[in-house]
Amino acid sequence: MHTLDRNLLHRFGLLLVIFIVGLALSLLTDTFLSVANFTNVARQISINGILAVGVTFVLLTAGVDLSLGSVVALSGVACATFAHPGEHSVFVPIAVGLFTGAACGLVNGVLVTRGGVAPFIVTLGMMTIARGLALIFSGGRPVANMSNELTALAGDLFGIPIPVLCFAGVAAAAWFFLRNFRLGRHIYAVGGNENAARAAGVPVEKVKLFAYGLCGLLTGLAGVVLAARITTGQPNAGQAYELDAIAAVVIGGTSLAGGVGTITGTLLGVLLIGVINNGLDLMGVSSYYQAVIKGVIIVGAVWLDRRQARS
Amino acid sequence: MLRALELRKDFGGLTVLHPTSIDFLPGEVHALMGENGAGKSTLMKIVAGLYRPDGGQVEWRERYTEFTSPHDALVAGIAMIHQELMPIPDLTVAENITLGAEPCSGFGLIDRPAQLARAEELLGELESDISPTRMMRTLTVAQTQVVEIAKALGRQADVILMDEPTAALSDHEVAALFRAITRLKARGVAIVYTTHKMDEVFRLADRISVLRDGRLVGTAPAAELNPSKLITMMVGRELADVFPVRHSPSDEILLEVSGLTREPAYRNISFQIRRGEVVALAGLMGAGRTEVVSAIFGLQPASEGQICLKGKPLSIRNPQDALAAGIGMVTEDRKGLGLIPALGVGQNITLSALCDYGRGPLINHSAEAAASESQMTEFAIKATSPSQPIAQLSGGNQQKALLARCLLGGPDLIILDEPTRGIDIGAKAEIYALIQKLARAGKGILLVSSELPEVLSLAHRIVVLRRGSVSATLDAAATDQETVLRHAMPL
Repeated sequence: MHTLDRNLLHRFGLLLVIFIVGLALSLLTDTFLSVANFTNVARQISINGILAVGVTFVLLTAGVDLSLGSVVALSGVACATFAHPGEHSVFVPIAVGLFTGAACGLVNGVLVTRGGVAPFIVTLGMMTIARGLALIFSGGRPVANMSNELTALAGDLFGIPIPVLCFAGVAAAAWFFLRNFRLGRHIYAVGGNENAARAAGVPVEKVKLFAYGLCGLLTGLAGVVLAARITTGQPNAGQAYELDAIAAVVIGGTSLAGGVGTITGTLLGVLLIGVINNGLDLMGVSSYYQAVIKGVIIVGAVWLDRRQARS
Repeated sequence: MLRALELRKDFGGLTVLHPTSIDFLPGEVHALMGENGAGKSTLMKIVAGLYRPDGGQVEWRERYTEFTSPHDALVAGIAMIHQELMPIPDLTVAENITLGAEPCSGFGLIDRPAQLARAEELLGELESDISPTRMMRTLTVAQTQVVEIAKALGRQADVILMDEPTAALSDHEVAALFRAITRLKARGVAIVYTTHKMDEVFRLADRISVLRDGRLVGTAPAAELNPSKLITMMVGRELADVFPVRHSPSDEILLEVSGLTREPAYRNISFQIRRGEVVALAGLMGAGRTEVVSAIFGLQPASEGQICLKGKPLSIRNPQDALAAGIGMVTEDRKGLGLIPALGVGQNITLSALCDYGRGPLINHSAEAAASESQMTEFAIKATSPSQPIAQLSGGNQQKALLARCLLGGPDLIILDEPTRGIDIGAKAEIYALIQKLARAGKGILLVSSELPEVLSLAHRIVVLRRGSVSATLDAAATDQETVLRHAMPL
C-alpha cells in the first residue's frame, strides 16, 4: 500500500535472499533440490503460513497477537474431542476447531477495543488462558483416537498436500480481501493513524474486532490442520508458534507500528523461514545451533530491510 | 546580555520568523506580543535551544552561541516555561520540579530529603501550598502550571522565557507569580514574557516588542504604549486582496446549535448557520473554539445541548454519525486527526466516501481512481501520482487533499478548523476562493481561525468565544479587528 517502488525493491531483495539461501543449500546438500523436498517444505510451512496470514491482519492495525500457539493447541484439542470415529460427521470437529479459534480471537478483540487494554497484555493473558484450557479439557493427555476422515485432512488431494491447499487458499483470499474490500482499506487506515481514521468516519472498533476475530479463526484452522497431521489433539502443541508467525510477517515488510504491509510480503517471509528450517535439517545441524542461526537470520533480515528503507 | 540577531526560521518552505533582532536586558521584563502564529513562541524556542535557527545567531554574554538542545541552553543559564505543559504524570511534584537537576548524595543516589526541601522552597516562592509528594497526575491544570513555573525558577537561570505562563492560572496564583517575577528582576534575571492578557503586559513589562506575521513591528518602552496602540500594532496589517467577494446567504437555516455545554471547556453555546453563510468562531487559544466544533462533528460530544441540521435534531456520538447526517470537517490537527501518512494521496481522499465507489463490501478500483484523480485536478493537488504517500506532500497540498476528502461525500455543513494554518499564501488564496464557492453553492460553513483578517473577510457573522462562553455575535461587515479582539480578550 506504500509506494510501488519500495514494494518491488523489498520483494526483490527478499526473493534474492531466498534464492541465495536456496542456491547455497543446493550446493551444500544433494537432497534440497528435489520435488519431494519441495513438497516437504510446502507441507512444513503451511501451518506457520496460515498463522502468519492471520496475524498480518492484526499487525496491520498496529496490534499484536501472542496467543497464536496456545490457541492452536486449544483448537486442536477441541477438534480432536469431537473427532472420535463414528460419533459425528467430519464437519463437526472442523467447525468446533474453527469456532474455538474465532472465539478466542473475538475475546482478544473485545478486550482490546472495549476494554482499552493493550494488545500485548490481552493476548499475553490469552496465551496462558488458552494453554490452561487445553490442558484442562484434555486432562493433560493427548486426545487420541481420531477418525480417519479427519486425519485424511493431512493427506493429499490431486497429489498436493491438503494443508498446502488450505494455506494457498487462505493466502489468496486474504490478498484479495486486503486489496478489494472496503474493510481491507480500513485496516490500513486504522493502523496508519487510528485517530485520523476515526475522524474520517472509519468504524475503528469494528475494524479491530474483525482483525482479531479473523486471526483467531485462522488460528483455529491451523489447530485443526495440526491435529489432523499429528493424529491427536496435543495440549502442549504449538509452543512459540506465534514467534515464527510474527517473525515471518515482519521479515515480509509489515511494520509493527501498523498501516504498512502486504500478504505477498508475508508469503515470502514464511518461505524464507521454511527454507532455512528445512536446509538446517538437511545439513544435520543440531537443533541447538538451529535456534541461534534462525534468530540471527530473522534479526539480520529485518535490519537489512530497515536500513534499505531509510536510505 | 542576550541578543537575538537576525534570527530566521522556516518550516517546510514557509518562513514563520523573518530575520528578527531583539535585545534582552538583565533585570528587565520584556514582553513579546502578537497574534497566534505571529512568531513569538518560535523566537523563544530558538533562544531556548529547542529549534535551530535557519539564519541569524543568538548572542549570549557577548559571544555567539548555538544551543543544540534545551539542555545546552539550561547549562548556559536560559530556562523556558512552555505554553504546552510537559509534566511527567507518574512522578511526584518534587521529582518533576527537580527533574534533570536532582540533588544527589554520593554514588548518584538521589537525596530525597533535599529534593523535597528544594521543591517546598520553590513552591513557597510562588506562595503555593501544593504538597511536593503528590503525584503530578492528580493536579489541576493550574497547579501543573505552577509546578512548571517552579521547575524553571529552580534552574537558577539568568534568563527565563515564559510562554503564556498565566493561561491557566487563577488571579491569586497570577499575583503570586508577579511577586516572584519582581524578586527575580531585583536579582538581575532577564524575563521574556508572552501573554494575551493586556492588563498583565502593562503591569509587568518594562519593554514590549510586537511581532506580526513573523516580522518584528517594533520595540518600545511599555510607558510609551497603551492598550489600543498595542492592539493596532498587533493586528494593523493591510487586508491583502486575496479575499474573494462574499455573497449574501439565503434565509433557510441549516444548522442550529443551542445550549451546547461541556464543562469546563465551554457552556451554553448557541448560534445558527444559514445556507450559503460563513460563520466564524473567533477567540483566543484555549477559548473553546476547537472543542465546540469537535462536539458538532462528534469527535468529543457535548454533555448538554442540541444540534439541529435542516430542522432535524441530531444525536451525534461519533464522526460516522456526523458524516451520515451531512456534516464534514477538516480538523485543526492535520497530522494527528487528518492524514493517514503511509496511504497514497488518492486513498486518503476517498477514505470517508469509500462506500460510494464500489458494490457491497467491495471497492471498485477504477471508479475510486477516477474520483480521486478528478479531486486532485479540481483542488490542484501537486503529487507525482495518486499512490504517492501523502506524508511526502507539502503542507498546503496535504491540506487541500484533506479538504478534498471532506467534500467528496457532499456534506451540507462544512466545519473548517484553522484551514490555513502553516500553509503558504498561494494555497491560502485557493482555500479562500473555495470557501466562497461552497457558500455560493448553498453550503453552510463554520470556520475557526486565529487570523482575524481571514475571519473578517471570509465570514458573514462572527461568534466570539471568551473562556468557553459566547461573548459577542458580530456582523463581519460592520466590525473591525479591534472590536473582535476586545471581545476575545479576557477582561
